[in-house]
Amino acid sequence: MIDKNDKPKNADALIAELHEFRDEVITKYPKKVAKKRAKSIVLSDGDKPPQIQANVRTIPGIITQRGCTYAGCKGVVLGPTRDIINITHGPIGCGFYSWLTRRNQTKPVNENDPNFIPYCFSTDMQDSNIVFGGEEKLKQAIREAYELFHPKTIAIFSTCPVGLIGDDVHRVARHMKEEIGDGINIFGFSCEGYRGVSQSAGHHIANNGLFKNLIGRDDEVRGQLKYRVNLLGEYNIGGDAFELERVFEKCGINLLASFSGNSTIQKFENAHTADLNMVMCHRSINYVAEMMEKAFGIPWIKVQPIGANSTAKMLRKIAQYFGDKELIDTVEAVIAEEMIEVNKVLEQARKRTAGKVTMLFVGGSRAHHYQDLFEELGMTTVAAGYEFGHRDDYEGRSVIPTISIDADSRNIEEITVTQDETRYRPRKTEEELKALEAEGMEFNEYHGIMQQMEKGALVIDDLSHYEMDQLIEKYKPDIFCAGIKEKFCVQKMGIPLKQLHNYDVGGPYAGFQGAVNFYKDIEMMVGATIWKEIKAPWESEDYVEASFAY
Amino acid sequence: MYAALGLHGCLPHSHGSQGCCSYHRSALTRHFKEPVMAATSSFSEGSSVFGGSANLVTAIETIFTVYNPDVVAVHTTCLSETIGDDLTQIVSKAHEDGLVPEGKKVIYCNTPSYVGTHVTGYSNQVAAFVKFFSTATPKKKNVVNLVAGWMEPSDMREIKRLAQEMEARIILFPDMSGVLDAPLTGKFEMYPKGGTTQAQLIATGDSKFTIGLGAYTTEDACVKLENKCKVKFEVVEIPIGLKATDRFITSLSRHANVPVPDSITEERGRLVDLIADNSKYFYGKRVALFGDPDTLIPLTEFLLTLDMKPVYIVTGTPGKHFDESMQTLLSEKVPEAKYKSGPNADMFQLHQWIKQESVDLLIGNTYGKYIARDENIPFVRMGFPIVDRAGHNYFPNTGYVGATNLVIKILEKELDHLDRNCPDEKVEWQL
Repeated sequence: MIDKNDKPKNADALIAELHEFRDEVITKYPKKVAKKRAKSIVLSDGDKPPQIQANVRTIPGIITQRGCTYAGCKGVVLGPTRDIINITHGPIGCGFYSWLTRRNQTKPVNENDPNFIPYCFSTDMQDSNIVFGGEEKLKQAIREAYELFHPKTIAIFSTCPVGLIGDDVHRVARHMKEEIGDGINIFGFSCEGYRGVSQSAGHHIANNGLFKNLIGRDDEVRGQLKYRVNLLGEYNIGGDAFELERVFEKCGINLLASFSGNSTIQKFENAHTADLNMVMCHRSINYVAEMMEKAFGIPWIKVQPIGANSTAKMLRKIAQYFGDKELIDTVEAVIAEEMIEVNKVLEQARKRTAGKVTMLFVGGSRAHHYQDLFEELGMTTVAAGYEFGHRDDYEGRSVIPTISIDADSRNIEEITVTQDETRYRPRKTEEELKALEAEGMEFNEYHGIMQQMEKGALVIDDLSHYEMDQLIEKYKPDIFCAGIKEKFCVQKMGIPLKQLHNYDVGGPYAGFQGAVNFYKDIEMMVGATIWKEIKAPWESEDYVEASFAY
Repeated sequence: MYAALGLHGCLPHSHGSQGCCSYHRSALTRHFKEPVMAATSSFSEGSSVFGGSANLVTAIETIFTVYNPDVVAVHTTCLSETIGDDLTQIVSKAHEDGLVPEGKKVIYCNTPSYVGTHVTGYSNQVAAFVKFFSTATPKKKNVVNLVAGWMEPSDMREIKRLAQEMEARIILFPDMSGVLDAPLTGKFEMYPKGGTTQAQLIATGDSKFTIGLGAYTTEDACVKLENKCKVKFEVVEIPIGLKATDRFITSLSRHANVPVPDSITEERGRLVDLIADNSKYFYGKRVALFGDPDTLIPLTEFLLTLDMKPVYIVTGTPGKHFDESMQTLLSEKVPEAKYKSGPNADMFQLHQWIKQESVDLLIGNTYGKYIARDENIPFVRMGFPIVDRAGHNYFPNTGYVGATNLVIKILEKELDHLDRNCPDEKVEWQL
């Protein structure tokens, strides 16, 4: 289906020009800033990825896309779980702004199942709490939350002032756990916004919390015994997880837990009874994957179910891993069936999309994943980057040993995980793993964004507003992908912007149905009539300037 | 941040860790569907311990070099407030280091997030405009300052139109029209055409009178302007509804010394006509509302003018003025009304009240739709933020025209609700 002949006629010429971008764009910056930014802008080379500077502090005043650690921890990782009460310990802003603003949908099984997603819980710190400390108010908030809702689990999220005034959320959590009793689980996160340099630190802190406080608390093996998998780093934006759940069910694959789209606490607690972990968003959840392998012996593979072919590839990988003829046959049958509609819609969409050019600057994984979908649409990605990816997300995990942790990220907690004495069980023997690897399966591996991109395409980490402006001004892509803050800036320039955080309230975009939705949405956007109507007729008419001679 | 965008050529700057800035820009963008530009000091753990001075100084250099605004308007977050960064000192250091180019300005205000709400922050920024710009010269001019409280760009446009109809000379500040409702032209304007200019702000010191629209958001600025430049002031409500608009027009007419033209009296008459024609859809209807106090006070009054019954009213913003106004407005007409302000007055409380005894209409921001859906109540979106509908920044809620819009919106929602929920034989085809 991907046909390299679709490559836009101007793509090669365009890519050949891109090397000028860095040299030109950095001249505008003050000297020190230019020096730093130059290291974060590289030309892609899939065979031999150049080193990129990533996961370093943001330059003050540069107008970054980035958010903070609290957003990465509460907003991203723990936010989507419906039966946990997430209390933001801080002034009201952090809680308010992360209230329903990410589209992590959830669907309780029964009407009376708890669902706290529509709520925002906060300690709403006032000046007196800053002066005298907020621990008492936090305790009171936990008591009230328990009395009103009787949740099984409560988590506390620290915001900027909490660390500064010395409130100890972990101590409060222990205290309240004892006070309430009733088997309640309460734990805290030190995810103050100033920690680390971006959302990424929050992911790491959240992963540690998941592992320490939830994973492995429930050993009961439920449901079917075959094909037990977890999907890590899938947050059910716009119903992505619903679509993947549908596909897995159709194939007879037993999805125990999504981390953390459409999830419940119990699913986390039970996740260690799976036989395979699949990592979708590498950046946000690779820590959990690593820890689960070490403690419980569950291997992990990278998957990318964004794009119809990529979804098929994921299913085939699972089938290959379990090596079961029945599963292999079902998977092939499902793929064949699903591809009928996919191909029909794709054929239609490609009439308008093939040969077009795109640029993607999104969080920590989608800037990569969505290139699959654009390839299917016959579009070329000429520039891409992450807000908060690390070097391994750009260059592949093989560079991890060479990454040095700088002063800004040094204080992010690293937890040491050891083999679980009773529950460690290698899911495959060394020989089995070797055999699978010989067939081309890769474990604990992610090759990064550059491997996929055209040689010479631009890769930019922590894109600034100015750099974005210049990219569009100079290269006029047919579609630009980023987030809400960028959307209307770019559209004012006459270029449609596809939001790949919230999908412009569309989706799902994962899986087969997701691909169908995406094809249609991009077809609509690149061809929309309104983009040709920007100039009023009297603005674009030629007129002759002349003066009367007297 | 919102108030700072109402100054032409201004880049707001958030002195704290970058998460706040991202959240604030996103919230405003979702509401306006427009670019919202702002920079941040991007605190790291180090700066949180040792102070954010270096961050702000670097930011000032980067901003002027790359983005070239006329003014950088710095506000703070709970982070920089808790550690006690001294903005005056930091900004003067930036000046000493020669990082603020000739003719450019860095202004600042303190906005600790653990005091008050976004309304308080807006008020602090507007007061800072007075502090840094307003200048009195010996020559007073026959101009009235209008200090705009938190409202939509469409409302500011409407207020300017009314002043123009009256031929009153005014300076409106801040003014987000032309900034947060800018046209799509094929070119991104980092500093759009709109916004009060610095020259206008400086000139506010020479005006003969100031009218503040909304006590919570503008009173501080009015007081500051009187203290600094001896400009007398009056604070009226944001002109939402009939009577609040009457008071605004009367005040402007008196202080700008201009008569009210027939065109405006006719607008008023059309509004009265519409209300009189549809009284039966308003009379005795129970309404729940939530939002910012400067909006809720005139809105409550307007609902009473419609003979509706505002029974539950909550605002998260603390302050006595709200409670006193509600007491005055409601004690006789709706003695059963419940109202609450401050940190514990939230939508959970409102929802509980509604569950105890329901209402016929809910008015508030987008978050209200969860209650409206749960309880099957017609819902009018008003306030901030409205993220799930478009165009509210194009059509006003203020003035007689705005009140007309509001009445039509309420009618639409009520009648749609009626049409959808009544039995077949009761479906009417006329109003």
